[in-house]
Amino acid sequence: MHNDSEKKINTLFTNYKYGFRTDTKSTLVIPKGLNEKIVRQISEIKEEPEWMTEYRVKAYKEFKKRPLPDFGPSLKEINFDDIHYYIRPQDKTKNKWEDVPSEIKETFDKLGIPEHEKKSLAGTGAQFESEMIYHSIKESLSNKGVIFDSIDQGLKKHPELFKEYFGKIVPYTDNKFSALNSAVWSGGSFIYVPKNTYVELPLQAYFRINTESMGQFERTLIIVDEGGFLHYIEGCTAPVYSKDSLHAAVVEIVVKKNAHVQYTTVQNWSNNVYNLVTKRAYAYENAEMIWLDCNVGSKITMKYPSIYLLGDNAKGEIKSLAMAKENQCQDTGGKIIHAAKNTTSKIIAKSICKDNGNASYRGLLKATKTARNTFNYSKCDALILSPEARSDTIPKISIDDPTASIAHEASIFKIDDSQLFYLMSRGLPQDTAVSEIVNGFANPIVSELPMEYAIELKRLLEIETE
Amino acid sequence: MPTKSSKKSSLIIKNLHVETEDKTNRLSKKEILKGLDLEIKEGEIHAIMGPNGSGKSTLLNALMGHPNYQISNGTIQIKTDSKTKKLNDLKADERANLGLFMAFQHPIEVPGLSFLHMLRTIKNLKKTETQSLEELLEELKTELKKLKIDEKALERGINEGFSGGERKKLEIFQMKVLKPSFILLDEIDSGLDIDALKIVAENIKEFFKKHSPAIIIVTHYARILKYISPHKVHILSQGKIIKSGGKSLAHTLEKQGYNEK
Repeated sequence: MHNDSEKKINTLFTNYKYGFRTDTKSTLVIPKGLNEKIVRQISEIKEEPEWMTEYRVKAYKEFKKRPLPDFGPSLKEINFDDIHYYIRPQDKTKNKWEDVPSEIKETFDKLGIPEHEKKSLAGTGAQFESEMIYHSIKESLSNKGVIFDSIDQGLKKHPELFKEYFGKIVPYTDNKFSALNSAVWSGGSFIYVPKNTYVELPLQAYFRINTESMGQFERTLIIVDEGGFLHYIEGCTAPVYSKDSLHAAVVEIVVKKNAHVQYTTVQNWSNNVYNLVTKRAYAYENAEMIWLDCNVGSKITMKYPSIYLLGDNAKGEIKSLAMAKENQCQDTGGKIIHAAKNTTSKIIAKSICKDNGNASYRGLLKATKTARNTFNYSKCDALILSPEARSDTIPKISIDDPTASIAHEASIFKIDDSQLFYLMSRGLPQDTAVSEIVNGFANPIVSELPMEYAIELKRLLEIETE
Repeated sequence: MPTKSSKKSSLIIKNLHVETEDKTNRLSKKEILKGLDLEIKEGEIHAIMGPNGSGKSTLLNALMGHPNYQISNGTIQIKTDSKTKKLNDLKADERANLGLFMAFQHPIEVPGLSFLHMLRTIKNLKKTETQSLEELLEELKTELKKLKIDEKALERGINEGFSGGERKKLEIFQMKVLKPSFILLDEIDSGLDIDALKIVAENIKEFFKKHSPAIIIVTHYARILKYISPHKVHILSQGKIIKSGGKSLAHTLEKQGYNEK
């Protein structure tokens, strides 16, 4: 490796442009720390039914009891007493941008959110601190019976549907952070797509943490009924602070017979955010679930989107891109459980690391005894840009189905002199050649993203010219 | 055809010594070229022939600026009219911008980076080019057609998953699009079947007629020289040019081999 290109690589992924903060007057800030009283207080503020209050308290007890994960990066530095668990930025969710308080609106304007909505979305939600401050959906869709609302409204307006699925796909007992989320959850989206309804344009939610030492615990529940079609996109950013923030979300998705769901994430938290997220989808007969998961930001991310293929002929796909630079750890991957006949799955994971960054793949592929003719293809590629950078591939494969066909490929690349020389001999300067190679590596995932996000990610990969 | 005769540039190589890392011993260097002299003008085609290990590929890589080949002595220059530019310390991209181009013996894969994207980026870097994207696409497709390559190749990763023969053709494709003045063809004929060889040779000849660049063809065999007639043939042996002559030298060589007295 040329010394020069080493230097050029060092300017990769710099210039976090979302690090600004906004002065806002929150209507309610619960003091730092967590106890049963605070859990009950959150439930009371939200005027929840009793079953939810009790659910929260049970989850809180589970959270207290559970140890930190015994795998992956160390989370010992998280000080759970030094976090705000609930901050209410305004009175209630607005359906018009004009009604959103100006300083919050300004934040989302800077992030380009209302602009995106006009151009290419069927609906938008925006969360600031603990609450969705804005939610809207095209009238044509709501007329068809599509529900896209804040999760809090979901509980109020659609209690039966809510109760049927909430906590059923990701139970609070799943892990320490699903327990924490279940105790203090606030904000997130509630989506229902009726039978045979095709939501042509994506729905998007945008999450913003603004306060220092904030904990954001949004909860998303998506139910797509038989033959329905949905693409949901989430993006997230935060200001740069010296103290750490915590983001522990839970996402539950039900993809019914013949339905199709894609869930796209572009995670670009600032590098003081712990991002510990549990995402799971149940896919029934002939259904298709796709996770497209890009992790660029955060201090530590632990996230393994999973798909349970529960119906015959169901399909699952997990495509991910992780980038880790200085002091960042992206411990990401995916889980696929084949539990029915003729189910197929694909995992494509790309990680890029530089400095002392760690971008690793951790996965589980399982086929139960009841599965037949399981088919899986997995490919994990890592691109390592600095000698101190690290990438591990930890795939766990557990197959009880003797008819399964499983293929796993893993490879590690570094930029070598011959590639650089080849591109330079065509007239590309060295720094451009390096970023073109990195872009080329990431391209199979980036090219799947909606335009605005693809441009944004490519920009992150570009080297600033001096 | 407008003649460039008054402004013909030359590539001048004087007493060139090139070393590379000894593969068996990291710390020691091995001298491959041991005082090589060569001069080639735009509008000329030179063939360099020689046995394996004589330094043919080293010469081209050193001319193009491969960092693993260090010039320990001598000079590489481009002379235009009265101006002389020394290339010794220039990086490969700077040499490319002065009009050098090398067709690789073993073209390198760059997965995910498409030919289209690379060529467009290079063209955009050259501020003098005023080609629109449509015009560029048109040109690229025309050249691919002449080389009998599916135009889908444009969207594929550079050399990713192409056969050996296709890769060689794609080297010539890039040459035609980038329009260099000094062309280094490193065993462009190896790995080509007879039909592909003819196509490649036709395209080189077409480019030569239109743009009259200087072309150095490095090859083991005289077979490509049946299609492309060189003005001069040089024999490289043990790091030096030991004999130069006309076209007929190649045929003599093919009959008698390199061990001729």
